[in-house]
Amino acid sequence: MTRARIRLLKAATFAACCLPLARIAWDAFTGGLGANPIEAVLNRLGFWTLTLLTLSLVPTPAHDLLGLAWPVRVRRMLGLFTFAYATLHLCWYVGVDQFFDLHVLAKDVLKRKFMAVGFVGWLLLVPLAVTSTDRWVRRLGYARWKRLHRLVYAVAALGVVHFVWRVKADALRPYVFAAILAALLGARAAARLRAQVSRAGAPRPRSSPGRTASGGIPRRPAPRRRGCRRRGPPRARARGWRRGAGRRAGPTGTPSRP
Amino acid sequence: MARWRPDIAEREATPEALYLRRREFLALGAAGAVGLLLPRGARAGEPTGAALQVARKVDQAGGESPTPWDSVTGYNNFYELGTSKEDPSRNAGSLRPRPWTVTIAGEVKKPQTLDVDALARMFPLEERVYRMRCVEAWSMVIPWVGFPLADLVRRLEPTSRAKYVAFQTLLDRDQLPGQRRPVLPWPYVEALRIDEATHPLTLLAVGLYGRALPGQNGAPLRLVVPWKYGFKGAKSIVRITFLADRPHTTWNDAAPDEYGFYANVNPDVDHPRWSQARERRIGEFFRRKTLPFNGYAAEVASLYAGLDLRKNY
Repeated sequence: MTRARIRLLKAATFAACCLPLARIAWDAFTGGLGANPIEAVLNRLGFWTLTLLTLSLVPTPAHDLLGLAWPVRVRRMLGLFTFAYATLHLCWYVGVDQFFDLHVLAKDVLKRKFMAVGFVGWLLLVPLAVTSTDRWVRRLGYARWKRLHRLVYAVAALGVVHFVWRVKADALRPYVFAAILAALLGARAAARLRAQVSRAGAPRPRSSPGRTASGGIPRRPAPRRRGCRRRGPPRARARGWRRGAGRRAGPTGTPSRP
Repeated sequence: MARWRPDIAEREATPEALYLRRREFLALGAAGAVGLLLPRGARAGEPTGAALQVARKVDQAGGESPTPWDSVTGYNNFYELGTSKEDPSRNAGSLRPRPWTVTIAGEVKKPQTLDVDALARMFPLEERVYRMRCVEAWSMVIPWVGFPLADLVRRLEPTSRAKYVAFQTLLDRDQLPGQRRPVLPWPYVEALRIDEATHPLTLLAVGLYGRALPGQNGAPLRLVVPWKYGFKGAKSIVRITFLADRPHTTWNDAAPDEYGFYANVNPDVDHPRWSQARERRIGEFFRRKTLPFNGYAAEVASLYAGLDLRKNY
């Protein structure tokens, strides 16, 4: 993938992630939010948080099972938009729906598990958003960074539970999310299993293209240049710099998968 | 070490008087921004449907102006027509409110099946402007058209064994496509104690805003009990049964810890998942305090004398 195409892909993803917000703004001006616009905005922000969270979990299995490399390029952006929508959702509830009624808000979080689950889900997203930069990947080391970012599964589960408990009787939509998330998790398990099986058989060459730990991005050791903004595929460079980070995991020399 | 120097000029600093009022600006800004989000009065549609003859008008909402027609008919909980707020108005076309009969059964001296138009002609129709408080903490002011259920009950002559009255919604998967999914145990059934049913505030409604009820609001006949949460008001009623024992009711069966049989509006008893202390009147930005019995305590509180309302929610 050329640099220009990557840039195009990222711009398109960015625009697509902004669309739900644009739609909310448009509907606000044209009366499309219905009789209870405050609730409508809150629900839409929550829905898109969960949708983006689900989408952000697609690139890794898409790469591992289907060999698609390009979704990995926008994974971080999807994750950060998830956090943005979650934050807007929370702020809308606190600032608009409840208008900073601290008494109600404190009671919500302490007494109502439905609220607590949503709030904890947002809290767990904070460290993921903060450590989303290349610098944080380097600082933590890829293996530890990856372990931390597995929190996203907990957030997904909390998000679905928050949604299930939100609805009064018709839990179809939250269950659809649950099913998709379960399928994505299953896909990861399948990829892992396949990797183990192939590892147990004939050892594969260490860097088969498109099947590396760096999500299909060729590993390329680059000298560390402190304080300098990097260009090009950043995650790959970050990992490339951590010499042997992935190698440690695989006994046969196969790098572990993201 | 550089000496500290202010990086803004004195004239650029916010005057203290304004600074002290900063929260008001915040509130004003927020309210203004959200003002954009409130439904426009200018866009409110005019009431449609067959006009009804109304003998008299009674305001029982303290002079508050009614919620616009568009909101009353476009933001509904009627799961038989879909579970989102907009579904019922979209799907109401499948409901055929005429011809329609209502079966009266159980502990009455005169069990019978009545045509809904004949039923509506038995009594003079009144317009009653009531507050409507949904269990989801939003509320409206609605000008219903109907007649007191008490008038009908009197004419039906219930036996002395009749202690409860149950109201059953039409069960028909074609007219009410939401019943194809088991979201709730269909048909929808709600019930009142007989003294609640014969209370002068309890209304059988056939219209709103002077027009025949739209499908999404429970055409052609629905129950309105203004001091109870909205879900007690069964819609599209086909059967009224007088009973000696308390019947099962739909939401109470679905989630007994969340929806009680009485379901009287009570700011002191929270829904397990949200507070009932305040509500949002549709069309307003700030939530307002919820009143005990939805503001009808003077009329109905005596019905529950000696009853622990925390247990019997």
